Amino acid sequence: MAFLFGPKKSANSAKERLQLVLIHDRTDLTPGQFETLRDDLIATISRHIDIDPNAVMINVAQDGREQRLIANIPLRVAGRRRGK
Amino acid sequence: MTAKVLTMTSGKGGVGKTTAVANIAVALASLGQKVCCIDGDIGLRNLDVVLGLENRIVYDLVDIVEGRCRLRQAMIRDKRLEELYLIPAAQTRDKTAVSPSDMIRVCDELRSEVDWILIDSPAGIERGFKNAIAPADHVLVMTNPEVSAVRDADRVIGLLEAEQKGPASLIINRLNPDMVKRGDMLSVEDVLDLLAIKLIGIVPEDENVIVASNKGQPLALDPKSRAGQAFTNIARRLMGETVPFLDLDAHNFLDRLLGRK
Repeated sequence: MAFLFGPKKSANSAKERLQLVLIHDRTDLTPGQFETLRDDLIATISRHIDIDPNAVMINVAQDGREQRLIANIPLRVAGRRRGK
Repeated sequence: MTAKVLTMTSGKGGVGKTTAVANIAVALASLGQKVCCIDGDIGLRNLDVVLGLENRIVYDLVDIVEGRCRLRQAMIRDKRLEELYLIPAAQTRDKTAVSPSDMIRVCDELRSEVDWILIDSPAGIERGFKNAIAPADHVLVMTNPEVSAVRDADRVIGLLEAEQKGPASLIINRLNPDMVKRGDMLSVEDVLDLLAIKLIGIVPEDENVIVASNKGQPLALDPKSRAGQAFTNIARRLMGETVPFLDLDAHNFLDRLLGRK
């Protein structure tokens, strides 16, 4: 699509880059620490219930100046486990 | 009189805090308010030159704090406006010469004398910043539509929340409407999306700001200057008036000729 509309406007890059930077500034978490958090969460939950690690979505959502950790963790259907 | 204490801060240096403090002070004073500005940038004072009062300094903030003069003696009266005063920063000392509790004490004494106390915070988030926000009733955060300034403003807003000094109000300074239109500058909406605090002023980029500081004559009184007009609008909003934000697109020549902005 980029070839149709020309190169991306620099203001858009600024906004997108800032959105990411501010999430990490506000939570005091580096992208690396965030990955560790994600892995720990998946490991902990997997001990209790069967999940697909690749389907897990963990994000920081913004609501005004409030931040929220949102995790979307689809469970594997119990029936399928029996067939394994 | 019980003054309201306002502190201007930004995190990043060079975004226009000192110019804004000078201009908002001039605008408030010309609206009939009694105003005292305090330069919080000890060691790097500048508010005196922007206001054109550098030749009248005898005593400064550190002299008050260390008891070498009375509060009144360090208040320099403006040349043009009867009701505008400046307490300059010391130039030969550093930020540790004053503590947050000193600032609260000085402002408490000053509160009965004026309607507004405007404190110009130094850049950074260390001692000078802490001194400047300690006595504040309300904090104005200034930013430019530019990544580093917005990032630092966000950090400062977070610190203000942690210090229970929020919610702060935002001033976006040096907005260039043509660059926004081209998609090469963050728009007001972009900055508000990112920082998520209340807007109190949008100041367009304006060469007159430099001309005014060259002369030591703040431009808030110049009706032809769009930045001056923006600062006057901020002063009015601080006084509780509802003033629409400048329509930065409406700068065609005919409109201006006809005085329609």
